Amino acid sequence: MDILSQLFAGLSLGSVLLLAALGLALTFGQMGVINMAHGEFMMAGAYTAFVVQGVVPSAGVSLLVALPLGFLVGGLLGLLLEGALIHRMYHRPLDTLLVTWGVALVLQQVARDVFGAPNVDVSAPGWLSGAVEIGGLALPRTRLFILALALTCVVALTLVLRATPLGRRIRAVVQNRDLAEASGISSRTTDRITFFLGSGLAGIAGVALTLLGSVGPTLGTGYIVDAFLVVVAGGIGQIKGTVVAAMALGMMQAFFEYSTTASVAKVLVFVAVVAFLQVRPQGLVSVRTRSLA
Amino acid sequence: MRHRPTSRSAARLAVPALAALSVLSLAACGAQVDSPGTASSASAAGSCVDTSGDSVRIGFLNSLSGTMAISEQTVHDSLQLAAAEINADGGVLGKQLEIVTEDGQSEPTVFAEKATKLITSDCVAAVFGGWTSASRKAMLPVFESNDSLLFYPVQYEGLEASPNIFYTGATTNQQIVPALDYLAEQGVTSLFLVGSDYVFPRTANKIINAYAEAHGIEIVGEEYAPLGHTDFSTIVNKVKSAGADAVFNTLNGDSNVAFFKEYTNAGLTAEDMPVLSVSIAEEEIGGIGVENVVGQLTAWNYYQTVESPENDAFVEAFQAEYGADRPTSDPMEAAYTSLYLWREMVEKADSFAVADVQEAADGVTFDAPEGTVVVNGDNHHIAKTSLVGKIGDDGLIHTEWSSGEPIEPDPFLEGYDWAAGLS
Repeated sequence: MDILSQLFAGLSLGSVLLLAALGLALTFGQMGVINMAHGEFMMAGAYTAFVVQGVVPSAGVSLLVALPLGFLVGGLLGLLLEGALIHRMYHRPLDTLLVTWGVALVLQQVARDVFGAPNVDVSAPGWLSGAVEIGGLALPRTRLFILALALTCVVALTLVLRATPLGRRIRAVVQNRDLAEASGISSRTTDRITFFLGSGLAGIAGVALTLLGSVGPTLGTGYIVDAFLVVVAGGIGQIKGTVVAAMALGMMQAFFEYSTTASVAKVLVFVAVVAFLQVRPQGLVSVRTRSLA
Repeated sequence: MRHRPTSRSAARLAVPALAALSVLSLAACGAQVDSPGTASSASAAGSCVDTSGDSVRIGFLNSLSGTMAISEQTVHDSLQLAAAEINADGGVLGKQLEIVTEDGQSEPTVFAEKATKLITSDCVAAVFGGWTSASRKAMLPVFESNDSLLFYPVQYEGLEASPNIFYTGATTNQQIVPALDYLAEQGVTSLFLVGSDYVFPRTANKIINAYAEAHGIEIVGEEYAPLGHTDFSTIVNKVKSAGADAVFNTLNGDSNVAFFKEYTNAGLTAEDMPVLSVSIAEEEIGGIGVENVVGQLTAWNYYQTVESPENDAFVEAFQAEYGADRPTSDPMEAAYTSLYLWREMVEKADSFAVADVQEAADGVTFDAPEGTVVVNGDNHHIAKTSLVGKIGDDGLIHTEWSSGEPIEPDPFLEGYDWAAGLS
């Protein structure tokens, strides 16, 4: 029974990591931008849920309103960042790291000024409180919801990338920017849309995180390193690699933590990822395009 | 890099002072306050406090940014309130207080750096602030080598007494030990310990383990999560399967929110397995969500609901200044009280000089919102009444048990046989 509940703990931790990393897989993986403000976009999504809850008193309705709105807020912030700063420094990933780190600090302070230093709480809707009992195994409903949400996001993103004209344009620009331009695709517009999507996913992740913890200005910093770890281990630019890596890291964390302690488990996961990247520097799933080599 | 030279020279200054102090503290075991040696080295270090005008400077040093800003901003607010009240009341020795505010930025090194600045270039008569033990430990040598005064407002792990620090929060025998007494009284025979992975919880749990061994309580688990850890599914699984009578919680900051949400969602309640926390105060409850902590226990020396005319005045004044939705909490009250205690000491000494204030400190008393407190001149802690409270659905904490009278501070737990060997 313990093993089963740990299995679920790992799965749900993996789904949280997946939500945090999915947007990064797009902006970092596909576009080569190291966006340290990704965590702050999550924070913005979480505060969106808080604001929505102030306007819509029913917790159930407000969560459903907050999800698309969080996507929009995260996406618009991403659009703003891309338009103001990032588009000037494509192909200079280290510069994007420093610039977005600065932006992250600014956003944290803005949140502190607007919402105050103390953390705030978003209450979960009634239908998400408590746990589902399956054969003596208690699965918290919030965790099941996040699992389902992560799955939905993966499916939606995959569909967008694989089955829509927009997705084809994004893939075309990633694979060969010049050729894409030559065939009439505006790479500027495509970059903007890709960044909007990636940052919007961060917003959704932020809304989901309000179900697990409280909302504060530094909410994102706790996830940003793990999210990058997932994207790198998964193989840069690969959605399926991101999914597998998120789940693997979640499972490892849960099982190491059960047999040791939380701190030791974090170290062990890091060691495991470093060791893995020694053997397979390209990550779980290797990149096959020429432009991102 | 930039401040390395200053901290080095400060360290050079600190060595003789520290050596003298440690010899004294070993010899006198706590009665290390009135040391002519430190007093004269103070004038040698060049106290630049200016008392010639009609105002005197004091420093407020709290984290107004970074991860601790959440907690320390509230302390800063109540310090400002106390200063405004004292100024309206005619000041200290007839001089108005002039506040110099510095931001510790949640970084111990910044605390040390800013403390040096406050003492040596702003020439403040005393500094009020600090929260984490790491920040206090970083500032301690600064205050000792410059022979200045720090008033520290937060409960902590004990096992410390500096002549240059006044500790106005609880030490362990005024918070953790009474809380354990309360649990034992309730028939608790097994405990699960959950804490953040740093100095306070680890020291506190060492004390709890010693207590448990002496009182026949079984510790069925001991788990630490890194500061800022937000995924508690595994730890809650462990707590659930260990099946203790109660959980003793020394988690700090945001981790509490994630822990309690997980705890509630896993189907654990205050009825079947109560959690006693030592660092959740009123202002954190809003952040955790009242519904996740209703009925859980806390141990402190002050709650907003304490009934006394002094507390009514304090709460009313604070909410008039900062908004009716702002609760008051133990560290805020201890900070507020610390400024008044300093005033009492200065007026008793009839001097702002550190040595005079130290000498006058013993027995200084103040009718604080928590009740009357008395300064212990030997270890610079204060006698405080201990309270165990239960979190109500109004988001406030209501006293469930009280020690009745102030408990004398015993930071090294010398009065407890079971604690021998801990310090």
